[in-house]
Amino acid sequence: MNRVRLIWRKSLNVVMLTLTGVAAFGVVAVLFLILGYFIWNGGTSLNLDFFLKLPRPEGEVGGGVANAIVGSLKLLFLAAIIGLPIGLLAGVYLAEFGGKTFSFVVRYTTDLLNGVPSIVIGMFAYSLAVVPVKHYSALAGGAALGLMVVPITVRATEEFLRAIPTSLREGAMALGASKWRTIATVVVPAASGGIITGMLLALARVAGETAPLIFTALGNQYWSPGWNQPISALPLVVYNYAISPYDDWHRQAWAAGLVLLTLVLLANIGCRFVINRKGVRSV
Amino acid sequence: MSTATTPIEHAAPPESGPRALLHRLRHGDEVAHVVTLTFAALILLITTLLVFELWIRSAPTRGKFGFSFFWTGVWDPIGGDFGAIPFIYGTLVTSILALLIAVPLGLAAAIFLAELAPRRMSDTIAFLIDLLAAVPSVIYGLLGIFVVVPLMRTTIGPALKKTLGFLPIFQGPNYGVGFLTASIVLTIMVVPFIISVSREVLLTVPREQREAALGLGATRWEATWKVVVPWARTGIMGSIFLALARALGETMAVTMVIGNDPKIRESLFAPGYTIAAVIANEFNEATSDLHRSALIELGLVLFLITFILNGLARLLIVATERGGGHS
Repeated sequence: MNRVRLIWRKSLNVVMLTLTGVAAFGVVAVLFLILGYFIWNGGTSLNLDFFLKLPRPEGEVGGGVANAIVGSLKLLFLAAIIGLPIGLLAGVYLAEFGGKTFSFVVRYTTDLLNGVPSIVIGMFAYSLAVVPVKHYSALAGGAALGLMVVPITVRATEEFLRAIPTSLREGAMALGASKWRTIATVVVPAASGGIITGMLLALARVAGETAPLIFTALGNQYWSPGWNQPISALPLVVYNYAISPYDDWHRQAWAAGLVLLTLVLLANIGCRFVINRKGVRSV
Repeated sequence: MSTATTPIEHAAPPESGPRALLHRLRHGDEVAHVVTLTFAALILLITTLLVFELWIRSAPTRGKFGFSFFWTGVWDPIGGDFGAIPFIYGTLVTSILALLIAVPLGLAAAIFLAELAPRRMSDTIAFLIDLLAAVPSVIYGLLGIFVVVPLMRTTIGPALKKTLGFLPIFQGPNYGVGFLTASIVLTIMVVPFIISVSREVLLTVPREQREAALGLGATRWEATWKVVVPWARTGIMGSIFLALARALGETMAVTMVIGNDPKIRESLFAPGYTIAAVIANEFNEATSDLHRSALIELGLVLFLITFILNGLARLLIVATERGGGHS
C-alpha cells in the first residue's frame, strides 16, 4: 500500500514538474512564433516604396506609409515633451523630497493611472483636446500618449534615484552644496543612464498604442503639416489596413506591423540590457 | 540646541524664522521642493480631472436611464435607447475565459522559472516573457485576424464541437470570430503578466520553507504546491487581478476578433461585443450626444472596475513581498 502511494507521489512529481517546464517553454515559443510569422509575412512586403511613398487610394496596389512613419515620430516627440518632464520631476519629488502620506498617495495614483485602459485615456484626451477646438489633431494624440508616458517615467525615475548610494549625497552636501544642487548636479546625473532608459521604455510602450489615437489623432491618408491636423501613425495603419478588405493593404499591414514590432522589441532589448547591467530591478 | 556636542551646526544658518527661510530660498531648496511637489500634485490633478470629465460628459445618459443602463440589453443608437448588458457580458465572458486558461498556464510557467530552472535560464526566459508583454496590442490583433480566426474556423472550433459539442457553450454556427477567439488572443496577452509577477513573488518565499518541506520527505512538487505556492498565494492573487484588469480594458486585439455584435449568446463561438471594443468602434461615428454620452458612461464603468482591481492587486502584491501571505 505504501509502495503504491510512493510510486504515485513520485510519478505525480515528475508529471507536474514536466508540465511546468512545458508551460514555460510554450509561452516563450509564442514569442518566436510571432516574430517568425511577422518576418515571413511582413519581410516580403518591405521595400523602398513602403518607407518613402504615401498611401495609394483605396483598393489600388502599391504606395507606402511614409506619412505614418513621420506621424509616429511627431506623436512620440509630443508625448515626450508633454509626459517626460512631469514624470521626471514627480519622480524626483518622490525619491528626494517626499513625505510619507502624500508620497504614498502619489505613488498609488501613479500605479493606478498606469493601469487605466488606454481607450479611456483616449476618451479623456478627446474631451480635453478635441472637443474644445472641434477637430482631431496631432496635439490631441500627443497629449494622450504623453499622459501614458507619465506613470512609467515616474516609477523609473524614483527607482533609479533611490538606487544611488546615500554616501554620494552626503559627499556633495559635505562639500557645501545645497540639497537641490546635490540632486541636480550629483544624484540625477549619476542615475541618468537608468532614468533615460526608463524614459525610452515608456516611449517604446506608447509607440505601439492604437486605442488612444483613434479619436484623437484619427489618422490621415496624406502628410499632416504642423501640429493641428489629423495625423497618421504606424499602429493606426496596422489597424485600419488589417480590417480593410484589400489584399494589398493586408500585405502592408504586415509590413507596418513588422516595422513597429522590430522597433518596440529592439528598444526593449536595449533598455533592459542597460538596466540589468546596472543591477537594478527592471521597471 | 546643544552647542557642545554639535559644534558644526554653529556654522549652519538659523533653523527657524524669516532669515532661515530666506537663506533656504537663496539656495533654492524650497523652490526645488515646491516645483517638484507641483508636478507630483499634477498627477493627482490629472487623475481627478479624468474622473471628473468622464462623469460630466456621461451626464445625459446617467440622467435619462439611471441604473437601468446596466440591466437593459437594447443598443439602438438611432432610436436613442441604450443598455450596457451585452457589452458587460462580453467583457466579463472573454476576460474570465482568458483567465481560466492563462492562470494555470502562467502559474505553471512561474513555478518552473522560480523553483526548477537554474537562475541564468530563469532570467533569460523571464526576459523573453517580458518582451512578449511589450508587444503592442494591435500586433496581437493582426495575428488574431489572420492566424487565430482561420484556425478557429478550420481546426479548434470543429475539434471542440466534436469532443464537447454536447455542451451548449460549444454549439451553434462557428464564424471564426467570437467570444472564444477573443479569449484565446487575450490569454496570450495576459499570460506574461501572470508569469512575471508570480515568479517574483515565488522568488521571495524563504528558502527554509522549501528545505523544511523537503526535509520532511515531501517530493519537489509537493514542497512547491503545498508549501511554496500557499505562502505566495496573496501575491499570486495580485498578479491575477492585474491580468484581469488588463484583460477587461484590452481594446484593439479584442475589437479585431470579437465580431462586434451586441447580443448575449450562450455559445462561445458566437460573435459578441465588449465595452472597450464598442467605444473604439462607435465613438468617432457617434450619431448623437446621447450616443456619445452612453459610450463615455461605458468608459467610466471600465475605468472604475480597472481602478479597483489594480488597487487591490497592488495591495496584495505589496503585502506578500513585505511579509509573506501566511495568514
